[in-house]
Amino acid sequence: MDVILLQLLNGLDKGGAYALIALGLTLIFGTLGVVNFAHGALFMLGAFCAVSFNALLSLELVTIDPEKTTAWGTPLEIRTPYVEAYMGDFGHWILNYSVPVSILLAIPVMLLVGFIMERGLIKHFYNRAHADQILVTFGLAIVLQEIIKSIFGANPIPQAAPETVRGAADIGAALGFDPGVIVYPYWRMVYLGFAAAIIAAVFAFLQFTTFGMVVRAGMADRHTVGLLGINIERRFTIVFAIAAVVAGLAGVMYTPILPPDYHMGMDFLVLSFVVVVVGGMGSLPGAVAAGFLLGILQSFASMNEVKAILPGIDQIIIYLVAVVILLVRPRGLMGRKGVMES
Amino acid sequence: MSLIRKPLNRRSILRAGAMGGAALATPTIFTSKAWSAGYLNEPTGSEVVLGFNVPQTGAYADEGADELRAYQLAVKHINGEGDGGMLNTFSSKALQGNGVNGKKVTYVTGDTQTKSDAARASAKRMIEKDGAVMITGGSSSGVAIAVQSLCQEAGVIFMAGLTHSNDTTGKDKRANGFRHFFNTEMSGAALAPVLKNAFGTDRTAYHLTADYTWGWSQEGSIKKYTEGMGWKTAAAVRTPLGAGDFSQYITPVLNSGADVLVLNHYGKDMVNSLTQAVQFGLRDKQVNGKDFAIVVPLYSRLMAQGAGENVKGIFGSTNWHWSLQDEGSKAFVKSFGQEYGFPPSQAAHTCYVQALLYADAAQRAGTFEPCALGAALEGFEFDGMGNGPTLYRAEDHQCFKDVLVVKGKENPSSQFDVLEVVEVTPRAQVEYPADLLGGDLGACNNGV
Repeated sequence: MDVILLQLLNGLDKGGAYALIALGLTLIFGTLGVVNFAHGALFMLGAFCAVSFNALLSLELVTIDPEKTTAWGTPLEIRTPYVEAYMGDFGHWILNYSVPVSILLAIPVMLLVGFIMERGLIKHFYNRAHADQILVTFGLAIVLQEIIKSIFGANPIPQAAPETVRGAADIGAALGFDPGVIVYPYWRMVYLGFAAAIIAAVFAFLQFTTFGMVVRAGMADRHTVGLLGINIERRFTIVFAIAAVVAGLAGVMYTPILPPDYHMGMDFLVLSFVVVVVGGMGSLPGAVAAGFLLGILQSFASMNEVKAILPGIDQIIIYLVAVVILLVRPRGLMGRKGVMES
Repeated sequence: MSLIRKPLNRRSILRAGAMGGAALATPTIFTSKAWSAGYLNEPTGSEVVLGFNVPQTGAYADEGADELRAYQLAVKHINGEGDGGMLNTFSSKALQGNGVNGKKVTYVTGDTQTKSDAARASAKRMIEKDGAVMITGGSSSGVAIAVQSLCQEAGVIFMAGLTHSNDTTGKDKRANGFRHFFNTEMSGAALAPVLKNAFGTDRTAYHLTADYTWGWSQEGSIKKYTEGMGWKTAAAVRTPLGAGDFSQYITPVLNSGADVLVLNHYGKDMVNSLTQAVQFGLRDKQVNGKDFAIVVPLYSRLMAQGAGENVKGIFGSTNWHWSLQDEGSKAFVKSFGQEYGFPPSQAAHTCYVQALLYADAAQRAGTFEPCALGAALEGFEFDGMGNGPTLYRAEDHQCFKDVLVVKGKENPSSQFDVLEVVEVTPRAQVEYPADLLGGDLGACNNGV
């Protein structure tokens, strides 16, 4: 029971990341009809917003120690971050909370990136074949990750969670299990809550605002909405930018879980596309449900008891589920009729 | 001239084909090195070309960049530029800082991408197109084994870079291949006594292992030595390479009864699995009345930097570390630090040493001929290269030298100061019989 509970928790936070990326992918596909293979790169760019913000805060005041030298004979440099040198405890606090605070940087940056991507490139491919869209967005993803690699290098760059949420909670003890058997990191709980809040915010925005209503109408019938005199193109540009922000924020908050590197977007992209297909192309609730479902299944498939019966199942479970669901429900769990069928 | 074409028939096509083939082959018959030289890519001018095959893209690009820096520094020193680095401390004095065998050393580079097929393609290009007489470098055992095999078939020497699997000089060893870096067998032999002192003999280990040749090799060696001193193994779980999130593999450790987690991971996998193991509270956990321990059998300073504070207090082994105080290490760190502004990694060290050893062997042999040069390396004893007295064993082309056991530093003084050396395990303790790891060197190949 304790093992099952642990794997369920693991699946939920992983599923949270899948759901956030798949949500953005579905928004873009549902509104613009574009298959965006650069969406994983947006997740990666968000993570590097956190890295950049931390690097900015860590800019150091360099003083020379006249009495000491390095192992290679140059004078020893003493480095103190400017924010700590000039802002004391408050500077230390900002450094400590650099990951959550970097959300404030990530939102405008990702909005801008989304806007430039859509206006500068994607809009030229609205009426092209999906294969063209895939090729151009995949190429863009490679360009973005190579730019990040040239700036930050290829090694992962660790980002610490704030000190107050760095440890792990003994959930088992609270639920009546033996102490220490169900332990779960605080930051993963924060991530799960954050993912739920973002998903709820996106749904509320689409459901309860006039803007959201027009977007939903556009997703259902783009031409009719256009005939009503609404500039649907402009709204879709904003939707693309919002999807970029959602992916970016998912990346920012994931950095303490997975030290970011230039390739992390690609690692998530393929799985997120499977999530979108399983959930149903163009279905936002489907994307979220499939994200959590596949995250949880992936965790359970990694249990030693399961692998003892089906060796290697942890590496194929997601694709296996996708095959089964597409055979049984070709439109995915919550897919709509007519999407990608013409 | 008649404008009427003669009809084509089978005979005329055959005749034209034979004449065309002969015409095309004529220049190469008279210029081919196969006819003019005693071995493949014999240098005929004033320069000799070496091929540095390192990961310039992909997950190990930073390590590859450090390897390339080391090779460039080695070339400088061999050609008599700079302060000479380890040439000043190297026990062999054959190299005089004026190139090798009267020729200036130049180089070409290739990108392994840490993919066997890409690494073989770039090595092949350097041998066939650029005339490289030796190939060296790499950051992966899979790549090293693939390129070593190619060099054997082509007939050039392969001086392995960072490769830690037993197989490189075990079951996959080749007569044309040589390794300076240590292997998992030596890691196990060096680590076990230190782990015994630190954690006792009544321990239960849980292995998470990268699912490829190096991971299997390391898991086997660590199990062999820890079980030999009384530890039990609760489970050994294979994880896919580049899994990213290891939480689903780490959580079963909590209820397994194990009190030691052995992470047979390298590179990004090591950074991620160690970070997540610490996040799940394993480093601060108590099991069976003992403090839980995490062990990372192969440490790299570059990777330890990636794991940040999570490496504190965690044991592992390494081939070399820049804080060593022998004269050879100090000379290399000084040269490298002054050139690039930071200390070299273990990958840089092994590549630098391999380049010097190759050049020295060529100078002593008086030729770049692979078989003669290989014979000069076989059984070669040397010192002053940072690991104490070292032997290039003739039977398997594996270097035997002291091995370092290190621990993540509690109070690092800089971003480079993340590991501390807790023991220098003497060479005698990590030596093993030449036939232990199997394989057959086969015959040396000069490429003609």
